[in-house]
Amino acid sequence: MKRKALKAAFPYTLPICIGFLFLGISYGFLMQSKGFSWIYPFCTSLFIFAGSMEFVTAELLVSAFNPIHAFLLALMVNARHLFYGISMLSKYRHTGLKKLYLIFGMCDESFSINCTVTPPEGVDRGWFMFFVTLLNHFYWVAGATLGGLLGYVIHFDTTGIEFVMTALFVVMFLDQWDKARDHRPALVGVGCSLLCLLVFGSSSFIVPAMALIVLSFLLGQSKLEQEAKP
Amino acid sequence: MTVTQSILTILAVVAATMLTRFLPFLVFPEGKNPPAVITYLGTVLPYAVIGLLVVYCLKDAVFTAWHGLPELIAIVFIVILHKWRKNTLLSIAGGTILYMVLVQNFFA
Repeated sequence: MKRKALKAAFPYTLPICIGFLFLGISYGFLMQSKGFSWIYPFCTSLFIFAGSMEFVTAELLVSAFNPIHAFLLALMVNARHLFYGISMLSKYRHTGLKKLYLIFGMCDESFSINCTVTPPEGVDRGWFMFFVTLLNHFYWVAGATLGGLLGYVIHFDTTGIEFVMTALFVVMFLDQWDKARDHRPALVGVGCSLLCLLVFGSSSFIVPAMALIVLSFLLGQSKLEQEAKP
Repeated sequence: MTVTQSILTILAVVAATMLTRFLPFLVFPEGKNPPAVITYLGTVLPYAVIGLLVVYCLKDAVFTAWHGLPELIAIVFIVILHKWRKNTLLSIAGGTILYMVLVQNFFA
């Protein structure tokens, strides 16, 4: 049963494999360029397993010690997981102990596969989702550790490598844009964020931006839902 | 930062990340359905949050000497490349390399 699920899950994770190795190696390089040994990217990729927040953590580790700020920032950056979780409440039902790991490893990519892919006939759904999550987790840790190790051997000017995170989000934004029929949610996100950035400045705009986004959706909900009805 | 402080910082990030992942499952255990407003937010927020993260990445660039010009050039390049080839990795790699060339040579 497990082997069948692993075989079914693997093809879906291949694109993620290439992407995670590439991004993970970049992340390992970035950590190395900031003076951290490979142990750091290994541990952060294994235990945090939230790509964007790990890049942010690299920044936090070279700033002044402030764990409360780190905690709050991680809450904000990862708040989207709350909504992934809400979307997966029914799908993760009846998966037994695996559920704990499925929730722990619910990164953007594992979520997007588990949320959209129906496993083939005869494959256990719980194990399928488990292996999607496990394989993605493995690729990411392997990439980050490899990047950290390669940093010892390969030397080049890494100035600007942090843009890999921006590029990732821009591409995710474009993909979502193509898939969505209604572009207003995406525009609300960009608009509210830009507005709050200009009003509150770069160090404190995230909390007001999140609040403004949620408020906009709550106020616009009845209008959007009416339009959605045929 | 000392090693202990680094570990505490990473632990704080791990704790917050796990809180965001586990909270929905703790608040709405199996058999209990979330209210309609939460389900609705679950459908629209993923789109908005990516927009927020793009802005988050650019937050410091806007206030520098070049006001985000190299970032803007690289993003326009990514958009064109992605519309053309529809290849996620090519778009990310191309945009990042162009940006590195720009900031190392022309916007130093």
